[in-house]
Amino acid sequence: MNYDIVNKLKILANAAKYDVSCSSSGSNRPNHSKGLGNTAPWGICHSFTEDGRCISLLKLMLTNFCIYDCAYCVNRKSNDIERATFSVNEVVELTIEFYRRNYIEGLFLSSGVLVNPDYTMERLIRIAKALRTKHNYHGYIHLKSIPGASADLHYQAGLYADRLSVNVEIATEQNLKMLAPDKNFQSIFHPMTAIKNQILVNKEEHRKFKHTPRFTPAGQSTQLIVGATPDDDQHILNLAENLYTTKYLKRVYYSGFIPVNPDDKRLPALKEPPLKRENRLYQADWLFRFYHFSIDEIVNNTHPNLDLEIDPKLSYALRNPWLYPVDINKADYQTLLRVPGIGVKSAKMIMVSRRYGRLTSLNLKKIGVVLKRAKYFITCNELKSPTVNELLPDKVKTIILNDNKPKRNQKSLYQQLRLFPLN
Amino acid sequence: MNLFIYDQTFEGLLTAIFDAFEMKINPDRMVSTKSFQDDLFATKYEVITDTDKFDKLWNIIKDKSSEQNCQRIFKAYLSELPGIEMMIYNYVKLIVETDDNIELDFSQDAVLKINNIQKKLGRESHRVIMFARFQKTVDNIFYASFDPKYNVIPLTVNHFKRRFIDQKWIVFDTRRKYGFYYDLQQVREITIGKNKINFETGKVDQDILHVSEKLFQKLWKNYYDSINIKERKNLKVHMQFLPKRFWKYLPEKDYQNNFSKRAIIK
Repeated sequence: MNYDIVNKLKILANAAKYDVSCSSSGSNRPNHSKGLGNTAPWGICHSFTEDGRCISLLKLMLTNFCIYDCAYCVNRKSNDIERATFSVNEVVELTIEFYRRNYIEGLFLSSGVLVNPDYTMERLIRIAKALRTKHNYHGYIHLKSIPGASADLHYQAGLYADRLSVNVEIATEQNLKMLAPDKNFQSIFHPMTAIKNQILVNKEEHRKFKHTPRFTPAGQSTQLIVGATPDDDQHILNLAENLYTTKYLKRVYYSGFIPVNPDDKRLPALKEPPLKRENRLYQADWLFRFYHFSIDEIVNNTHPNLDLEIDPKLSYALRNPWLYPVDINKADYQTLLRVPGIGVKSAKMIMVSRRYGRLTSLNLKKIGVVLKRAKYFITCNELKSPTVNELLPDKVKTIILNDNKPKRNQKSLYQQLRLFPLN
Repeated sequence: MNLFIYDQTFEGLLTAIFDAFEMKINPDRMVSTKSFQDDLFATKYEVITDTDKFDKLWNIIKDKSSEQNCQRIFKAYLSELPGIEMMIYNYVKLIVETDDNIELDFSQDAVLKINNIQKKLGRESHRVIMFARFQKTVDNIFYASFDPKYNVIPLTVNHFKRRFIDQKWIVFDTRRKYGFYYDLQQVREITIGKNKINFETGKVDQDILHVSEKLFQKLWKNYYDSINIKERKNLKVHMQFLPKRFWKYLPEKDYQNNFSKRAIIK
């Protein structure tokens, strides 16, 4: 541990930062054997960078040497950048020491492709194995599985890791091939399916024999780059839905494209990364996973892209005003979730609270409902404010957009009438 | 005016509430001996903590609501907010007097208040779990300190014990001047003198710091700086998630350093 490692850490953390996944949740690895660490199912963030992202895991590349040449990647072989490779021991020691100081929740290890996929994958596994078996480490491990590595290696990786992930990156195969000539959909979806099947087999075995070792208990995730290709939101979200339902993915991450290789003609020149669009995609993703929406209701052929001005749920409500207003004291859980301004928590609180009596708007406010937005879409005991049907959707949109602005920029929507009109 | 004075402990508070029920007196205020100021016109009741009374009331609450609800009340007590005693009294009274379990009736003010306070405690204790930074000392003890808004250290001990069962550690509350020490066998409550630890910054004295400590702090700071994506800079969210009052304990934020850097730029 000396100057060398300080420098390596800089290079290889820098190389890994464009992978957005950083969750440490979904795995339960209690510490029974007086070893180091435990993994809590809810995940813990330990710090936040200035870009507002959480740091939960020690996100590293094993190496940033790579034989591939993907247009969107900072580590592609044609880039002239400083390169480095960690040894197995270095990564293990960094992880253990950081973990003991409560800096991190675990390790997220990825790698450029050295020599061939199998060779690279095997080195990733060696690190995970050393942590688990030699150091009795129970923290979180997320391994990137290398497309093209053999099924046996994927199986081994899953025995030590909490989560495995293969990144799809580009939502259409044709565009993927254009930007990453060495990759195709088959090389990505093949390992994904293999891991999925193994997880299902393992779950079945675990049901029969309690002591079967767990296989990737936190499931698998993937990442899609947004804005590097002309694919619309409908396409991206449909792919995500497909991954959630057929590959049982735990998470799909959306990463706003950052032009790391500005000279590449195949990529669009962006002034700044499409952060708003990324944000809206996550909101749509949440609607699908936690709010019982189907992707078709959020984006469809008439509305292939998400509205950047307002969130997808509000935009859904304004497109379908005949579904409102919803009666807070009678509507079922699913219907409550579709009201803009009511989230999962407040919907649940409404469900339990109304058993004791009728709820009023004052109760709703205290429960945490955003009445500023919700009031156009609900009726409750006494609340009498104009609903979306009386005001018309466009008007509601203007009012809400105006409310969202900081006070000094707000325009009054109403003008005082002149007492003596001039003409 | 009826004034109940208890001995600052949770047992004492529940005993006070029990006494009030038993004597059929409606207290107007309940204060701990620490924050007690003599009031000429009040009828004072000095409560003698009685574990039997505590157990009795505790079990009634548990039967009428749930174990989880008992934890809620305990967390609310740890908040040490002014007037929390009366809030707890009102809440317990509501539980005891109502036939049904009202712990989830958020349309009742007393329920919502306690619930919101215990949520704050939950968040604060989670922040401690997130932002605790251990420094390794020469005798292989990992030390971390903080000054949380509420008295949440007791809520975090189990987490640290489960996680760091194979290392000695200390978590210390510099505001309330007490902490917990785990010696590989059990967790004990301790107090520490000021001479080896700076209570302002939470930093351990140079001469008892482990030789490797500086290197790992530096590595961590390096990692923190490298993982940041400049194109996505968003200081508003950053400040929201990482409140400034924790910065002084975080090697990656190294407040002193940042501060002087900014001064140079100016």
